[in-house]
Amino acid sequence: MTSKIEEIDTYYNIGYVITTLDLSVKYGGRYAIKDININIPRNSITAIIGPSGSGKTTFLRCLNRMNDLISKAKVEGRVLFNGKNIYDPDVDPYQIRARIGMVFQKPNPFPKSIFENVAFGLRINGVKNREEIERRVKHALTQAALWDEVKDRLNHNAYELSGGQQQRLCIARALAVEPEVLLMDEPAASLDPIATARIEELMIRLKERYTIIIVTHNMQQAARVADYTAVMMPDEDGVGKLVEFGTTREIFTNPKSKKTEDYVRGRIG
Amino acid sequence: MSRVFLMLDKIIHYILLFGISIGVLMLSLLLVTVVTDGWGRLSLGFLTNPPSANPDKAGIAPAFWGSVWVVGLAALISLPLGIATALYLTEFSRHERLNKIIYFNITNLAGVPSVVYGLVGLSFLTYTLGLGRSVIAGAITLAFLILPVIIVASIEAIKAVPELHKLGAYALGANKLQVIARVILPQSLPGALTGGILAVSRALGEAAPLLVISGLLFTRKTPAGLLDQFTVLPLQIFNWVSRPQTAFRELSAAAIIVLLILLLLMNMSAVILRNRLQRRVVE
Ligand SMILES: Nc1ncnc2c1ncn2[C@@H]1O[C@H](COP(=O)(O)OP(=O)(O)OP(=O)(O)O)[C@@H](O)[C@H]1O
Ligand SMILES: [Mg+2]
Repeated sequence: MTSKIEEIDTYYNIGYVITTLDLSVKYGGRYAIKDININIPRNSITAIIGPSGSGKTTFLRCLNRMNDLISKAKVEGRVLFNGKNIYDPDVDPYQIRARIGMVFQKPNPFPKSIFENVAFGLRINGVKNREEIERRVKHALTQAALWDEVKDRLNHNAYELSGGQQQRLCIARALAVEPEVLLMDEPAASLDPIATARIEELMIRLKERYTIIIVTHNMQQAARVADYTAVMMPDEDGVGKLVEFGTTREIFTNPKSKKTEDYVRGRIG
Repeated sequence: MSRVFLMLDKIIHYILLFGISIGVLMLSLLLVTVVTDGWGRLSLGFLTNPPSANPDKAGIAPAFWGSVWVVGLAALISLPLGIATALYLTEFSRHERLNKIIYFNITNLAGVPSVVYGLVGLSFLTYTLGLGRSVIAGAITLAFLILPVIIVASIEAIKAVPELHKLGAYALGANKLQVIARVILPQSLPGALTGGILAVSRALGEAAPLLVISGLLFTRKTPAGLLDQFTVLPLQIFNWVSRPQTAFRELSAAAIIVLLILLLLMNMSAVILRNRLQRRVVE
C-alpha cells in the first residue's frame, strides 16, 4: 500500500493526468471491467479500442464519476486525477465533472439556442458576468472550429445545425467550462466521413491544451489521431480487461500480445 | 378478396361517420337550446348582481366569484404539489417496486367518483380540522380531486425528457437541482401545465363534491376570505334549474353559457401556453 504522498510523487510529477489503480466496476454484482491499471499522459490523445461489450464505455464513465448516476453500478479501486483519488469521500463529483468533460456518442445539444448551449456549463458553475460569458462562449466555439459557421445565428436553436456541427457544439459546450481532460465516447460514430475528419482535426489541435481520451471502434481513427492506444477485451468470463497499453505505433505495428495482434489485424484487414 | 376489404372499408367509414354525427348533433342541440334560452338574460348586471327572488334582478356574482376562488386556489395547491410529486417519483425515489405501487394507486384514485372526495373533505377538512364549509375546504377537496390527473400528466411529461439531455448536463458539472431546474422542468412544464389546466377546468364544472362541502345552493354573499362560506356556478345552475318558473330556467341557461365560456377560455389558454412554451424550448 503506497501512501498518498508517494502516489502524488509517482503519478503526478511525471505527467500523468489520470491514473487508475485496480479499477473495477460491477453492475448488480457482476463485474463488467476488472483490475484496470493505466496511466494517461498529459496533453496527449489516448484511444481506447476493443470489441463491443469489453467495457470501454464503463471504463470511461469511471473517469468523471458518471457511473454514480447508474444505481446498479459499483466502482472499486482508485482513479487518481492529478494525484488525488476522485472516489475519496471528500471529493465533490460535480466539481470533478466540470474538470473532466465528456462528449457522448450521439450529439446531445440541449433544446436551447446555440449560445445558451455553450453558456450552460458556465451558468451551472456560477459564472454570472455577461461579458465573461460572451467571451468564453466565443472562445469555446472558436476552439471547437464552429465559430465562423454559427457567429451570425447564435440565438438560433441548436437543432438547426447538422449532426457534425451539433457534435462540435457539444465539444464547445464541454470546452467552455475549461476542463483539463476531455472524455469522448465514439464521438464520430453517428457522423459522415467529412464531419468525422473535422472532429479528428479538432482533437489534434485540442491536445495542446487538453488531455483527450477517446473510445472508438474505428481502428483507422485510432491510428490517425491517438498518441497512445489501450486495448480492452473481455476474458473467458466476459469481464473486460486491459490487455495492452502503449504508444499507438507499438500497438499497431508491434503488439506484445497475440490477442491484440489478432484484433488489430482483423479489424484493419 | 380486396373487394371485400374495400366494401368493409366503406362500411366502417359510414359507421364511424354515423357515430360522430350523433355526437356532434347532440352537442349542437344542447348548445342551441342553452344559448336560445339563456342569451336574453346575459348582461353586465347578471354578472355583478347576487341571486334574487326577482328573476329580473337576479345574477351570479357570488357563485361566479365562489368558483374563481375555489378553483383558483385548487389550481394553486394542486399544480405545484402534482408536479413536485411527479418529480419525486421520477427523479428522486429509488424504490422501483414502491414507485409502481404508488403509481398504480394514483391512477386508481383518478377513477374514484368525485362525490367520494366531497365526503372525505367534509369529514376531514370541515369537521376534523374545523375548517367548516369554507372556501379553503372546498379548494383543498378539489385540489385532491384533480391531483392524480396532474401527477400522471406530469410524470408522462418528465419521462419524455431524453436521458441524454440530463446526462449532458451532469457531465458539465450540474447537480441534481440544476438538472431539474434547467433541463427537466423547461422541457416538461408545457406538457405538465397543459394536463394541469385541463384538470383544473374539469374542477370548474364539478358540482357533487362541492355540494357536499358547501351545502349552499343559495347565498347572496360573495366570499371575501378563505374561511367564508361559498357557492359555485354549477350549484347556482343546479338551484335555478330545479325551480318551476321558466324565468329561472332561462337564468340557469345563462349561467351555463358563462360556465362554458370560462371552460373554453381555460382550454384555449392551455393550448396557447403549450404552444408558446414549446416554441421557446424546441425548434
Ligand atoms: N447501465 C448498465 N447496467 C447494466 N449493465 C451494463 C450497463 N452498462 C453496461 N453494462 C454491461 O457492461 C458490459 C460492458 O459494457 P460497455 O457499454 O462498457 O461496453 P463497450 O465496450 O462500451 O461496448 P460498445 O463498444 O458496444 O459501446 C456489458 O456486458 C454491458 O452489458
Ligand atoms: Mg460503449
